Amino acid sequence: MAKNRIDRREIQKAPTGIPGLDDITFGGLPKGRPTLVSGGPGSGKTLLGVSFLVNGAQQFDEPGVLITFEENADELADDVRSLGYDLDKLVEQKKLLVDYIHVDRSEIEETGEYDLEGLFVRLEHAIKEIGAKRVMLDTIETLFGGLQDTGILRAELRRLFRWLRDHKITAVVTAERGEQMFTRQGLEEYITDAVISLDHRVHEQISTRRIRVVKYRGSTHGTNEYPFLIDRDGITVLPVTSMLLQHEAPSERVSSGLPALDEMLGGKGFYRASTVLLSGTAGSGKTTLSAHFVNAACARGEKCLYFLFEESPQQMIRNMRSAGVDVQKWVEKGLLQFHADRPSRFGLETHLLQMHQAVELADPDVVVMDPITNLMAVGTTTDVRAMLTRVIDFLKTRGVTAMFTSLTSTTQSLEHTESMISSLMDTWILVAVSEQERRRDRLICVLKSRGMPHSDEVRSFRFTNRGIELLPARKARAKRRKS
Amino acid sequence: MTAEYELRLYVAGQTPKAARAFANLRKICEEHLRGRYSIEVVDLVENPALGRGDQILALPTLVRRLPAPIKKIIGDLSNTERVLVGLDLRPRQGLREAS
Repeated sequence: MAKNRIDRREIQKAPTGIPGLDDITFGGLPKGRPTLVSGGPGSGKTLLGVSFLVNGAQQFDEPGVLITFEENADELADDVRSLGYDLDKLVEQKKLLVDYIHVDRSEIEETGEYDLEGLFVRLEHAIKEIGAKRVMLDTIETLFGGLQDTGILRAELRRLFRWLRDHKITAVVTAERGEQMFTRQGLEEYITDAVISLDHRVHEQISTRRIRVVKYRGSTHGTNEYPFLIDRDGITVLPVTSMLLQHEAPSERVSSGLPALDEMLGGKGFYRASTVLLSGTAGSGKTTLSAHFVNAACARGEKCLYFLFEESPQQMIRNMRSAGVDVQKWVEKGLLQFHADRPSRFGLETHLLQMHQAVELADPDVVVMDPITNLMAVGTTTDVRAMLTRVIDFLKTRGVTAMFTSLTSTTQSLEHTESMISSLMDTWILVAVSEQERRRDRLICVLKSRGMPHSDEVRSFRFTNRGIELLPARKARAKRRKS
Repeated sequence: MTAEYELRLYVAGQTPKAARAFANLRKICEEHLRGRYSIEVVDLVENPALGRGDQILALPTLVRRLPAPIKKIIGDLSNTERVLVGLDLRPRQGLREAS
């Protein structure tokens, strides 16, 4: 690596490849130094370390050595295989080496002076064998259970961490969380480069995993606690501020569900994997329009995930049936799934997390969030905007076409309430009710739609027994002229 | 030629600790196992891969490979009583006082 290009103020980083973690650490773990990862049982510290090794081997051309004091190698491989990691294959390719060091106090008699040179020899041998740049020691505190002479142990661990630094190994050392300290044995005294703490909390029956960078010498880092997920893709730390705007931008178009509305959208409807904001006052037909959109998607055989923040699925289905759009049949066919939650039930991060999980699980082609304005009550506008940015990034990366409904209040101007979110959207559709001369006119217009010529017309529409029907354009204009 | 007591002493290089352990082991074996033992010294610096088989962590480590079960004794073997207990040549009782 060219030395003159290294930022002198910040130390070099070894990316973990864990989505989100490299963002909150601004690039990864301190390169060539040990990082302590502490957490309670089942907090995900082993998985974090394994992800660090596997990603290093697969993505960053940095082979890794896993020294485990915990499970035997087969059990470990099984555990991580369930998360999509094939350790055996990496071992075969000489990109990973797993060494299981079994320590059982009952099998060991101690007499006289000793050191842990055996560990050093094995570690060095393993590192040399595959040219490792990364090492994970899991869980080093097990040694305290296996050996009686803690004086020797402490001195040797100190020597071990120094040894790792001298050999320029980027290491993850896992440790059990202690009562008073970050680790039970106070290992944070020895590893001062970086300390990451993992937590698994259950609050009001909702379990949330959290991660915090407690210390990171020589680097700035996010100091908050961030929620993280463990799912079939491994660990994901939120916020996933995938600041890279590199989503695919398919040119494929998908129908809005209403041919006349498609007509207004360059004749073809929305772009696939784009975002649509549907604004309107209460009762203006936002949910019905969403239902049309869902209906069309399901008719194409696509999967839809519908987030409800106001109604229950049953309510929504019933209301849509009476509006003339039957979505029940798609539920029965397994193409439409609902995810209903009260916005006030949790904080924004948890919502974000649950959306992620629901989307991961359902793997939909189309997502509707109805209405996102209800989430505004949970956080500040800045927070909501940040969260929506992440949701949109996430959905776009997955190629999901997303529709968000937004309830506009009649007293506030449209610009005021929605300027902050509309910029995130590719298409912005407004539905409104105008009351003139004792007559209610339902109106729809496309305020913007990126990347396509769209109609500037304000069209009238009505509710029929088959849902929404847009009135012919000329007729709308003629009517306005009359009035 | 299999001896009744098949012992293996793991060390890393010619350290004073390793030399001490070997001397102590020879002395104990000559006193208690004369003619019934064999000692193999494994230097992990020369053969690092051998450390895996017997799960070597601390050094020096004495492994009693025979008779079964496998026993491990770590340290420079300076405490004869403990070595004898570790080799099952002396019952565990009474050791608590001594240690």
